[in-house]
Amino acid sequence: MIAQTAPPDVRPSPKSKRRLDDNTARNLGLVGVLVVLVVIGIVTKPELYSDPTWVRNNVLTILQQASAIGVVTVGMTFVIIGGGIDLSVGAIIALAGVWATTLATQSHGAAGMIFTALVVGIAVGLINGVLISYGRLVPFIATLAMLVSARGLAAQISGKQTQVSANDTINSIATTKLLGVPLLVWILALVVAAGWVLLNRTTFGRRTVAVGGNPEAARLAGINVKWHTVLLYALSGLCCGLAAIMLTSQATSAQAAMANLYELDAIAAAIIGGTLLSGGRGTIVGALFGVLVFSTITNLFAINNLSTEVQNMVKGGIIVAAVLIQQFRYRSLTQLLKR
Amino acid sequence: MSALSRRRVLFGGAAVGAGALLTACTSNDPGTGAQVKTNASGDANAAPGQKVTIGFSAPAADHGWIAAITNNAKAQAATYSDVEFKAVEAGADAAAQRAALSTLIAQKPTVIVMLPWDGKELNAAGLEAMRAGIPVVNLDRAFPSAAAYRLQIKGDNYGMGLAAGQYIGEQLKTKGVTNPIIGEIPGIDSLELTQERTQGFNAALATYGFKVANRRPAEFTADSGQAAATALLQALPKMDALWNHDDDQGIGVLAAIKQANRSEFFMVGGAGSKAAIDAITADNTVLKATVTYSPSMASSAVTLARLIGQGKGMSDLVELQVPKEITLASETITKANADKYAKLGF
Repeated sequence: MIAQTAPPDVRPSPKSKRRLDDNTARNLGLVGVLVVLVVIGIVTKPELYSDPTWVRNNVLTILQQASAIGVVTVGMTFVIIGGGIDLSVGAIIALAGVWATTLATQSHGAAGMIFTALVVGIAVGLINGVLISYGRLVPFIATLAMLVSARGLAAQISGKQTQVSANDTINSIATTKLLGVPLLVWILALVVAAGWVLLNRTTFGRRTVAVGGNPEAARLAGINVKWHTVLLYALSGLCCGLAAIMLTSQATSAQAAMANLYELDAIAAAIIGGTLLSGGRGTIVGALFGVLVFSTITNLFAINNLSTEVQNMVKGGIIVAAVLIQQFRYRSLTQLLKR
Repeated sequence: MSALSRRRVLFGGAAVGAGALLTACTSNDPGTGAQVKTNASGDANAAPGQKVTIGFSAPAADHGWIAAITNNAKAQAATYSDVEFKAVEAGADAAAQRAALSTLIAQKPTVIVMLPWDGKELNAAGLEAMRAGIPVVNLDRAFPSAAAYRLQIKGDNYGMGLAAGQYIGEQLKTKGVTNPIIGEIPGIDSLELTQERTQGFNAALATYGFKVANRRPAEFTADSGQAAATALLQALPKMDALWNHDDDQGIGVLAAIKQANRSEFFMVGGAGSKAAIDAITADNTVLKATVTYSPSMASSAVTLARLIGQGKGMSDLVELQVPKEITLASETITKANADKYAKLGF
């Protein structure tokens, strides 16, 4: 859980040791925020928190509601570490979800629906990547264009209707539990674990950090930067395809307006998890904590019947505070070491 | 290098294959059950008359209700041999709709039927058409200026909340629940229509001495409905009644209720979708009623636009012209009358 960014084959120089500590500290900080949120919950709603069954249920609910956006955030984290940004994730989910729930696709059963969602996700991601790498479009513009057009295509395919999933296997993904834990949470755990291994224990992960940190140096070091970038967006697309299945299962339907503003939630979670928006640095575990913080805030505001407007303001405040604290701590830490 | 290009070839091949497979998967037989009025053989108004061109504009929002509005208008126009229906894209926002409307006005249709993105923002477009001598039928989102429309036909958002509150109040009173826990899942909270619905709901509940215990807004989509309902159910471990403003997001709300394994309460929907009416008829979910906000108003708008174009009145009324304002009543659909409404579900 600790060794976040320090590449395994680099000897711990003083600098990388400090970086390591920095990551651990940040994750501990996010755990601290989670603890504070839970304590606020306990203080404000003791009658709910006094029931152990409810508490257990609540934790699982928070995790379950974080699952789809969590999967998207893992893909987003890779893209951002690689020096890009993917504004089209919500739109890709909508397109994949809608495409997977047309009557024609549903006639191919659950496997056909899952296949469709994943392939649509990867395909849109590939288009993003090719436009950015080989078309030399700025990621912000390319994925913004994709955001608009993918939702447009989704609306076209669905005829602006909500497409209900009549497939029991798909719908049961959201109701199935393994060892008392919802299947959706297991999927999130698997994706996070896979993302962590991919980022920290494979050449693909090393290359991602290199490409995002200094693309020119990466190119000179023999990395095919363009193709690697394409793969990163395809990976994000794949995560969106998976999230589309999860959301479709939860809502037992899909529509062109689904997963609204997921791109912002995913980016925000990655950032407060310690991913540098300029690329070259970031952690999967931190991103997961970022998602959990948001999911817990939503839960806290719900149980206290507070308005979502206030909730959004608090979310915005937390994003700013997280980044400020990181900067402040980083600076003071550097000063301490200089002394 | 060769390994890489082989990988690329494989990748490309897989992509082409998957693409070919997938393009076959976009078909979606719409099977639109449009709400059309096709009777009145003995009615003088139904007989073909003067040729009328009806210009139509509605937002392209991704919602079943708006889709039903457009389908209904189109289908109703098709039932008249003397009506030419000219739909223009409303575009992505109020500004785009304004531009589309000026093009439409230049084409001089007999009547314009429009569902504006926003009544206030499109008020000027309504005035422009009226000044050009084209009567405007405003669908659902009122213009502030009475000079900007010839006819306004809309649903009753406040009445919808009132109907839902009354149904819930009556049910709970009959059951003898004294201090009920009532949940509410509105749609997009910043919209005026949502606020009106909530005001009506609260007013009706207040007459029974009840109030809403928790309110979690969704966004008119099924996935947001699922998220809002999950949060609400977690906040209220025991609940007596729930009003969900919109049947489209209700698909997600019902899914969340099933996922949370809850059934101790009853739920009232809103709008009157086909899926909701079917569920009420089947009576196997917590959904026991829905209060209408029917897109059938688009069919009626086209019918009345034709009459306005031909200078005729509504034959059952004394007046020689179509009235200026019509507000549909919000009706409560329960198992008892669901069969009657089945054909009006969208």
